This record gives sequence, C-alpha cells and structure tokens, in this order.
Amino acid sequence: MAAPKRIKLNVDGKPYSVTADPEMPLLYALRNDIGLDNPHFGCGLAQCGACTVHVDGAATRSCSFTVGQAEGKKVVTLAGLGTPEKPHPLQKAYVDEQVPQCGYCVNGWIMTAAELLKKNPKADDKQIREGLAGLKCRCGTHMSIIRAVKRAAKEMAS
Amino acid sequence: MTKMISIEDFAFSRRKLLQGAGALVVSAAAPAVAAKKARAATAAFGSAVKPALKPDQLDSFIAITADGKVTAFFGKMDMGQGVDVAISQIVAEELDVKYERVTSILGDTQTSVNQGGASGSTAVQNGGKAMRAIAAEARRVLVEEAAKRLGASVGDLVVDDGVVSVKGNAAKKISYADILQGRYFNHKLKWNKRYGNGLYSEGKAKPKKPSEYKVVGQSFPRTDIPGKVYGTSPMITDVRVPGMVHGRVIHPEKAGGMPKAFDASSIKHIKGARVVHEKGFIGVVANTEWDAVRASQELKVTWSDGGNPFGDQKNLYDHIRKAKVIAKKHDTKEGDVAAALKGAAKVIEAEYEWPFQSHASMGPACAIVDANPKNAVVWTGSQKPHYTAEGVAAILKIKADDVRGIWVPGPGSYGRNDAGDAAAQAALLSKAVGKPVRVQGMRHEGTAWDPKSPASIHRCRGGLDANGNVVAFEFMSKGFDRQDVRSNESKPQDNLAGQQIGAKLRPAKTFRSPEDMYNVGARLIGWEVIPPFIPRYSPLRTSHLRDPLGPQIQFASEQFHDEMAEVAGMDPAAYRLKYLKDPRDRDLVKAAVEKSGWKERVGPRKDQGGKTTVSGRGISYAYRNGTRVVVIAEVEVDKTTGRVWPRKFTVAHDCGLIINPEALKLCLEGNIVMAASRSLYEEVMFDADRVTSVDWATYPILETPDAPEVIDCVLLNRPDKPATGAGEAATRPVSGAIANAVYDATGRRLRRGPVTAERVKALVS
Ligand code: FES
Ligand code: FES
Repeated sequence: MAAPKRIKLNVDGKPYSVTADPEMPLLYALRNDIGLDNPHFGCGLAQCGACTVHVDGAATRSCSFTVGQAEGKKVVTLAGLGTPEKPHPLQKAYVDEQVPQCGYCVNGWIMTAAELLKKNPKADDKQIREGLAGLKCRCGTHMSIIRAVKRAAKEMAS
Repeated sequence: MTKMISIEDFAFSRRKLLQGAGALVVSAAAPAVAAKKARAATAAFGSAVKPALKPDQLDSFIAITADGKVTAFFGKMDMGQGVDVAISQIVAEELDVKYERVTSILGDTQTSVNQGGASGSTAVQNGGKAMRAIAAEARRVLVEEAAKRLGASVGDLVVDDGVVSVKGNAAKKISYADILQGRYFNHKLKWNKRYGNGLYSEGKAKPKKPSEYKVVGQSFPRTDIPGKVYGTSPMITDVRVPGMVHGRVIHPEKAGGMPKAFDASSIKHIKGARVVHEKGFIGVVANTEWDAVRASQELKVTWSDGGNPFGDQKNLYDHIRKAKVIAKKHDTKEGDVAAALKGAAKVIEAEYEWPFQSHASMGPACAIVDANPKNAVVWTGSQKPHYTAEGVAAILKIKADDVRGIWVPGPGSYGRNDAGDAAAQAALLSKAVGKPVRVQGMRHEGTAWDPKSPASIHRCRGGLDANGNVVAFEFMSKGFDRQDVRSNESKPQDNLAGQQIGAKLRPAKTFRSPEDMYNVGARLIGWEVIPPFIPRYSPLRTSHLRDPLGPQIQFASEQFHDEMAEVAGMDPAAYRLKYLKDPRDRDLVKAAVEKSGWKERVGPRKDQGGKTTVSGRGISYAYRNGTRVVVIAEVEVDKTTGRVWPRKFTVAHDCGLIINPEALKLCLEGNIVMAASRSLYEEVMFDADRVTSVDWATYPILETPDAPEVIDCVLLNRPDKPATGAGEAATRPVSGAIANAVYDATGRRLRRGPVTAERVKALVS
C-alpha cells in the first residue's frame, strides 16, 4: 500500500478532495469518502459491472480502477447521469418497463448501456445483447433490460 | 419491545422506513390531539394508546392516520417482485379505499409481526390471505361505528374511498379518518397462535367476493422502482450509522480448517485495524472499509488441516449413490409398485444427476449490527429479518425482544443465501469492539461460502402395459440435506459464525418429492438424505435456493415422463393431457400448446441431419403448492460448440386469483431466466479440499447474448380459486423443458445437469 495522499476528484461535475491510499479502488472513495452510493460492490473483480461509472466518458468498473488513476479525470455516476427531474432516457425506460427486481445490478446496466447507446445510437438487438455481455443480473431481468434499452434508443433517436 | 431503540438515534434514515416511522410517529403523537377531540365527541372510537404488537390486534397490521392515509404493516418481504404493491391492493380492496391511499411497510420487527419473511412464495398465498381477512375486519368495525354515528343501520351504508355514507343520502356521511381521529382500533382478532408463514388472524368480517374486486386484478406499478433506477433509495449496503466501523471475516483456503493462531503484527501497518477471534471465528475490524478489506487479506492466520473432505468432484454422484442414508421417506405410496412393475410389459429405468448450486447473489451479503450489552439493532438484507433478529439475539445471548431487526432491501437472496451469515458475523464483531459494525462479504463469500442448493441423484422406474399405458412409476431421490442449515436464521447453528463458535447443530434431514399430479398407475415417490461432507462450517452446507429442490427433481421427473411417452409411442404434450386429470392442469397444457404452435410428434426430430445448428422443443409441467405451470422451451443447439440457446419459452401459469397481472409477468420472466441459467450453466465446482467456484468467472451465469428472444406468458386467471404463490413456481419446470428440447433437437438425452455446452458437445459427437 502507498502512503495516503490528498487526491482531487471531479465527480458529477463537482470537485472533491479525498485523503486516501492512491491504490484504493475508486469505488470505495465514491461510496465512503464522497457518499455517492450508486456504484455497488458486486465482485471487486471487474466481472459484474455493478460498480460502473463513467471516467472521461468511458464506462469503467470502479472496483478495479484506483482512486489515484481517477485524479484529474471526469467521473460521472448514475446520479450524475440523470435525476427524477431530468432523467436519462434509459432511466425513464427502466421505470416504464418496470425493469429491476432487487435493483442491485441496475447501476451497472444503465451506466454501460448509456455508453453503448452514445457510441451506437442505432444499436440493434444483437449489438445490444453483445454490448451488454459481461454484466450480471442474478434476478434474471434480462428480458426487460433489453426492452428498456431498445425503448431508450428509440426515444433518443426521436 | 421491552427496550425501544429509536430510529431517530441514528443518522441513517431510509425513506420508506421514515414513512413507516412517520405513520407511527403520527400515531404516537396522536393521543394529545385525539384526547381533545375525545372530549368534544364523547363517542370517540378506538384507543389513544397503541396496543402491544401482537398478531391478535388489528393495530399490528393496519393503521389509519388522521389524514386518511392507510398503512399496512406486513411481516413478509419483497424481493423486487412487488409484494408491497400486492398487499396494498388487497388492503385497499377490502377497506374500500383507493389504492393510492395505502402504503405497505415491510420488514421492521418494531412495526410488524413475524409472518415468516420471504418464504416459499407465500407472501400473497398466506400473508395476503391474512391481510385480506384483517382489512375486511377493519372495514367492518369502521362501518359499524359509522352506523352508530350516523344513526343508520349497517345495511344502509356504502363506503367509497374511505367515506361511509347512507345509501341514497350521500350528505349523511363520515370518513374513516373522522371515525378514528388518529387513534388506534384497539380491536382484538382471532389469531391462530402461530408465527411465521402459518400466521393467520381474522375477525368476524367476510372478505369480498372476487367478482366485486376493483383494485385486485389491476396492474399497479411497483413503488420501489424509481428509487432503484435513480439511485435515490438506500440499499442495505448504503446504511451508515454514527460511530460505525467496518468488519470482514476470514475463511480458510481449505475447507474444514479452523484458526489455530494468527499474527497480529501482520496488520500492524493498518492503523486502527484489529483482530476479533472467538473459537473458530476470526475477523477483522477497521475504521474504513478499504482498511478492513486489506486487513482481512493481509492477516496471517494458521489454520488446522481439514483434510480432503470433499473428495474428487468426478466421484460426486458415486459418493451420493454409496453414501449412508440418514433419513428417508416415501411421500407417495399408491398401489403396489413392485407388483405393477413385475406385471408390466415394458419397464424403463433412468437415473438423473444434479450438482450443488450457489445463490451467488448480485452483491455479497451485508449487515450492520449495533450490539450493546442488553440490546441490539440489526440492519439486514435478509429476507427474514424477524428470524435474523432472533438469531442475532441468540448469538449475543440477549433476549429476542431486545433486538430490533430492520430490513433494508439489498441484493436479491432467492432463499437462504449469505445474508443471515453476515448478520451474525456483524453481531460478533460489534460485541467485541463495542461499536456498530458493518460487514459486507467479498465475492467468494457470496459464491463459495453461501449455503448451497443440494446435489442429488434421482432414480426412476416406469412400467407400461402391452397397450402402452403407464401402470407404475417409481421416483426416488437421494441427496444432501434440503436444510443442513435452516432457512430461518433464528439459531446460531444456522449461520456460519454460530457454527464456528461451536453451536450445537440441527440439520433438518429432509428432501422433497415431485408434488406429483400425474395419474400414472401405482406410484412410489420418496427420498433419502445423506450426511454432509463436513458437518460444521462447510462451504458445501446446504439450504434453500429459489424453489428448493424443484429444478433438480423436475429435471429428472419431467425428462422421465418424456422417456415414457416415447416408449408408449406418444407425443409428450398428448402424454401430459392423458395423465394429468385436473382440469386446471389440462387447461394449462392446452394453453401452452396452442400459444407455442406445438406440433404433435413422437420421439425426437429426425429432419435435421447434416445441419450444425439444430432446434428442438420440450414441454414440462410442474405443480407447486397450489400453483401449476407448463413451460415449453424451444432451443437451438450448435453441434460444433455444444452451445444451447434457449430461444423461446412459452409459459402457461395458473396461480389462482391474479392480484397484479403485469407484475406477475415480470416475475415469471425473472424466474424463467434464472432457471434457464441454472439449467444451462450453473454447477458449483470443488476440489478435494475447497470450493473452487469463487466468483463469476468460476461460477458463470446467463448473460444477455444467451437470453431468450421471447418469453410468452399465458396467465390463466382463476378468480374463484385462492391466490397461490408465483415467486418460484415457474422456476420448477424449466430444467426439464430445456433438457427435453435438447433431446428433441439432438436425439440424445442428457441425464446429468446442467446442460452445459461441454456436455452437449460430448453428447452429440
Ligand atoms: S464490483 Fe466492479 S465489476 Fe463487479
Ligand atoms: S435486479 Fe437483482 S440483480 Fe438485477
């Protein structure tokens, strides 16, 4: 472990400064130092996506990305993506399609799908399924997830 | 509660809990207001003081506040399938108030009685039934009181959205809120003296006839979804209380080991980190989560050698076959199977095998416990917080009434996952350090160390007469205990920490049989249970996983019925129509067949020679505690890779009266996908001395590229039949449907689950 140091972060458009071991996963800084709880700990191994945030626009698994690496970059969490007042189309579609069961996976899917649709707004069924591979949902809500992503894509196109 | 621990003492406040507390606070604050009004209206109804939280009191289940809002307090949990919505619908229906007026508060031992938590898909079946009777009773006493106030007879009154008025004279009216004036009913119910799933309380009122329903049967949206989608509702993992520190526990690399010694200096460099060691339990506590994680990884522990308790996984089924039997039972004994088999023109036999499977919840379990010498609070994601609180009390050796359990939604649990273990671990750690401790497991604790669904074998024998009629059916399961640890976490021996510190064990020694509705001649159906590999502190201890034992049993029984159908020269759907006698079952088969466009055929498809990708269809039927399901799976099999894609499912489902059709459909989809995942990919792997399925790479589950294209649901509503469970039943027939479809596609039968690409490839080459 490295000695703790002050690290400046920009999260959801706001500046933060945390004192932490630079080797600590960004996830813990977001959750425990900044109090942004939407990225979840699912595996700590970059295998499930529950901890996903955007780092300079790229969907990044914050359990396997250190707080030191995040310094000087723009981090966006689910709360920064959209709010009940100004929802991201994916969030709206998720509510319309009544997607989540337990909801522990939701963060990972929405953050990853947001990047997918940004890169490929016209993603078809196959591209959506492949683009979201690697994400886990133990409750098995995959059918409604796929419906919601398609619904959001449609809305974003119109 | 002898010791009240106020939620206001804690910085953490859950929105829903606050609403709940709000209802209580309003009620608790009500006496002063109510007292004034009582002087004005001498006939004030109810009581200013809340009666004790017991199942024989109406106030334990329903509150109506002065603003006319209705709160239902429910002792079962929602695992993201809309249980609270269904309960609010039922309560609104019986009370004759708008659905929007009702909020259901779930899972705080201080606001609800123990109705069993999430258990066996009984939220609506049992819990809903009780709430229906109780809400009807609430309406009855309110209307009776209204009659007195209005000087009318009960028969002349009507209720519209909580306002009681005289028929034909709408001006003569009084609302529930005005009757109660923020007071409590103080009305006794007839309680059956049971806690848990069996709890039932009722009054004199008769609930409505289903033909009168206006709210039940409608698809109201879930209340929890926006909070989950915008990330505005805290989950169990987000609970923080003042003074809280972080704990992690340490398990041996090799199963069966116990901590012999540890080197505290190995974590000296982590400021504030300390070791908690009690008999076989060892954990660390640190000021920050990351420090706790590091301390748990860096602490040097010497473990005793557990030997090679599991043996070679290749021998698992042989082990089961040869293992001594510690309990056995015949659940069905009809006619003389031995004689029927002897006299049969044809006898067929088959044996099926199913591995250990893991709950592998999306997040490893989390709990926060604030243990004081005489009382404690536990925040838990467990689906049975009342039992969890009892378990925490037992491990802390304090009275159950002195522990408050607060359920906060977390990763789905699907039965007895690792949630109860986390609570007991946090309790031991909190007691040791005298501070509230938050424990969240690491991935291996959710996959390698959760209680497993038991591995088993299933032996089938069937006899057919000269005309191809089935005259005998024998089905014997042999496997690990259905509940080596009980799914209720109310005793220390039922969780890991309790086992580590030496609690006396109490395995249930049970299994399950197919709840068979097939009318297939003489029948002998039963099971045998074998001892666990390690009796205590085992990563292969067994307990409930969604639809306990359903997938393994139906993998065997539904394939075997297909095997018999083929020998009898029958189409599998026609076979089911012939041997299922209950019209509800037959209607389901017909509905699924029609919806999927099933074509009659005997034996597997024979028209796909030479193709690399072949397709097939398979049907499967299941009965589960009143609910019936028929699933038709259509699969594509790539013969070069062995990949099976479950392209389409048609699900015909009958759970009696449907409360909320849209929520039911989504619930069924989740069941089908999770069951498909278990049928195709999931197998807990182990070496002789350890479980090697430790994460998502070593315990893969279904992902989007393999998700079905379509799941078609046909919901057969039976308003005249009691509402039965829907949370698990559709899980049951999926393994059999997929295996039958793979047979149809390839002409080869796979009798060992799951139906992995590797096995299918070996099967077809
Ligand atoms: S927690 Fe980061 S990918 Fe699973
Ligand atoms: S909704 Fe529970 S894990 Fe996806």
